[in-house]
Amino acid sequence: MSLHLAVALDGTGWHPASWREPGARADELFTAGFWVDQVREAEAGLLDLVTFEDSFALDSDRADRAQGRLDAQLVALRVGPVTSRIGLVPTVVTTHTEPFHVSTEIATLDYVTTGRAGVRVRVSSREDEYALFGRREYGNETREGLFDEAADHIEVQRRLWDSWEDDAEIRDAATGRFVDREKLHYIDFSGDHFSVRGPSITPRPPQGQPLVSALAHVDVAYRLAARGADLVFVTPGGVGRDGPTGDAEAILRRVREEEAEVGRTGDPLHVLGDLLVVLDDSADAARERLARLDETDGRELRSDARTLTGTVADVADVLESWHGAGLAGARLRPAVTAHDLPRITRELAPELARRGLFRTAYDADTLRGHFGLARPADRYARA
Amino acid sequence: MAKKQIHLAAHFPGVNNTTVWSDPASGSHIEFASFRHFAQTAERAKFDFLFLAEGLRLREQGGRIYDLDVMGRPDNVAILQALAAVTDHIGLAGTVNSTFNEPLDVARKLATLDHLSGGRAAWNVVTSWDEFTGENFRRGGYLPKDKRYLRAQEMLATAQALWDSWPADEVVADAASGRFLRHGSDTERSGAGPSTDAGRFAIRSDQFDISGRFPVPRSPQGRPVIIQAGDSEEGREFAASSADAIFTRHAELEAGQEFYADVKARLAKFGRRPEDLKILPAATFVLGDTESEAAENARQVQYQQVGPATAIAFAEQVWNRDLSDVDPDGPVPSFDPKTADDVDSGSHISKGRASVRMYKDPVAVANEWRELGEREGLSLREVVIRKNGRHTFVGTPQRVADTIDEFVQSDASDGFVLIPHITPGGMDVFADQVVPLLQEKGSFRTEYEGTTLREHLGLQPSPTTVAAVSVEA
Repeated sequence: MSLHLAVALDGTGWHPASWREPGARADELFTAGFWVDQVREAEAGLLDLVTFEDSFALDSDRADRAQGRLDAQLVALRVGPVTSRIGLVPTVVTTHTEPFHVSTEIATLDYVTTGRAGVRVRVSSREDEYALFGRREYGNETREGLFDEAADHIEVQRRLWDSWEDDAEIRDAATGRFVDREKLHYIDFSGDHFSVRGPSITPRPPQGQPLVSALAHVDVAYRLAARGADLVFVTPGGVGRDGPTGDAEAILRRVREEEAEVGRTGDPLHVLGDLLVVLDDSADAARERLARLDETDGRELRSDARTLTGTVADVADVLESWHGAGLAGARLRPAVTAHDLPRITRELAPELARRGLFRTAYDADTLRGHFGLARPADRYARA
Repeated sequence: MAKKQIHLAAHFPGVNNTTVWSDPASGSHIEFASFRHFAQTAERAKFDFLFLAEGLRLREQGGRIYDLDVMGRPDNVAILQALAAVTDHIGLAGTVNSTFNEPLDVARKLATLDHLSGGRAAWNVVTSWDEFTGENFRRGGYLPKDKRYLRAQEMLATAQALWDSWPADEVVADAASGRFLRHGSDTERSGAGPSTDAGRFAIRSDQFDISGRFPVPRSPQGRPVIIQAGDSEEGREFAASSADAIFTRHAELEAGQEFYADVKARLAKFGRRPEDLKILPAATFVLGDTESEAAENARQVQYQQVGPATAIAFAEQVWNRDLSDVDPDGPVPSFDPKTADDVDSGSHISKGRASVRMYKDPVAVANEWRELGEREGLSLREVVIRKNGRHTFVGTPQRVADTIDEFVQSDASDGFVLIPHITPGGMDVFADQVVPLLQEKGSFRTEYEGTTLREHLGLQPSPTTVAAVSVEA
């Protein structure tokens, strides 16, 4: 079985000094071309998907760091019509958004890409992000409550996607009916933070259910993924808010335990390991590059995911060992997109293919298809 | 003196009976290919902008989902953003409700759309009309009716403050010096390097209490173009104070001139020039090679738009009761409508439909219908067609071009928002046959001259004053 490979796009890269590197195009950060070229590069490397990071709040107040962020969903939508195979997975903050809007936006991304949409859910854990909305007291939140809300958010998105059966549109001229309203369904969700009546305004998207994903470092997040996601990004050898996250085996065990705990049915989670990569022709060169980047920024790189400074072969070794431990693949975070993304697409992907661990051509044209997931039946359809 | 220029917008056919779905030429209302076709046709014809309405809840009638019209649509801002990838010039306008959104999120989305379209974004600011819609959102129907305009006004003012919170050309991205932003204090608040306050804001109003930093640097237009729809006194004032374009229903010459004069006269007190607000009535059109062919085409379209079931549904919206046992080909019902004390109270048979509010006096409307039917020997369906199915422009391409130009030159409007009845090809014939005639008259552009929607509409650039704090070194 081959690996799934994703790239996490975040501005000019995951190192804060990346914007100053040659080819970074930092002055184009807010243009369409900047994003289109990155995603096309990832698609040329036959990757399963790219994720787009997002946050309403800015990461830092430093004028010598890249500043500013566009709406990730809209970035994905701008890229959609000019790519053809790669999955597009924007991040959505569940704490501050309307599940109804997010559901129709992701369904729209699925229509625009004819089946390549996914979504990565994130809870808000920063006080400054709360202040931008001014609706909730940061101090009143519990971590469990936020993750429960995220699970509800996913549930509403999913029910709305199913709220139109596939054959609801009938265009029956004889009776004058455009739809068969027996095939449109109220979702009647009621939770602690929102109630949503439905149905969606958007018919069922091409994939039926776009792919839902989450990044998880701790039990409560593994549980969220087990409850509602198709795909979970984890950080073997990394550090979460509660300390070291453990190795791939330990994390996978926790994920499977949570799946059992919540009574998950259907396909098990696809578990992808996150890895921040600084790639070069030799391990020494990679280490020197990281040291130089750190010096430019004036601070050592901090990362929740393991940071690998080394060669493409070193990354392939790690991915192979994770694969052996049962992970489905990896999501790579390029330290400097301009430098490390082409190394991933032009060197790592072929290296993995040589090892028999990665595709040599796309064999599906939907994101679910890349993961071997069938188009699911509609939960409201009567058999 | 140069001739007054016409501004044209293309409205993607909506979820109402104007849109004919039974015609063999009618395609998908949801697939991206339809939107791409429509947008590219409008761009080929050098239209100012494309317009997409918003849906937040499927309509209901008699307690059931209304099934006679086209329904189902994508998220409109999302589709506009995707269309930016397959068009180069045309403006991209979408309705976004001010009741069921938060200003930071809306301002960020529109600023993103503006960045990723190179300055082509526009926002039609609307308020919600009922709790029915609220059942799909966190807030439910909490907002009292008298606060809706207040919230819309505060929403818009807040969004504009957020768009203004970054100085122009603030992003310099100078790798050599290490300065990403032009401005920055020398105090090392974050531990290393100069700090920035770009985007910093604090807003406290009746509806909002928010603060922090707006995450999006100033977009190409600064402020996206603002559109307002609505004929009420409040709506006119709102538009005169803060909109760049206003959508109206006044597509008749005299009523149009009256509305035009009224709204333009309101601008001065807000320190604005008459050309700072474009007045754009909504209009439909049916063409033919001869006048009589056009009239016959229009008649056929009307019968497609108002089928027997739709005629009954329209009558139910006036009578506010089930009329399923009434014959649409028979006379207008002789009994009176049920009067609802307040449409907004949720008691009306029709839900999620703005036009219901037009029937303020249903008994009078019913009488009018009955008299028309008796006077001219029309069936209920024919009366509905007469009352609701009129097309704005019917005629040969030359006749339609002449009428449009006359409207604009005689100050009944600054142009039109055109709504064809067929998706996605309904605008093709207008682009091919009418637009060249408008161009011959010298009233409509033959090429885009600017790159932003503001430039297409002949609007002034956004103010560049930074409302919020910017820390200087």
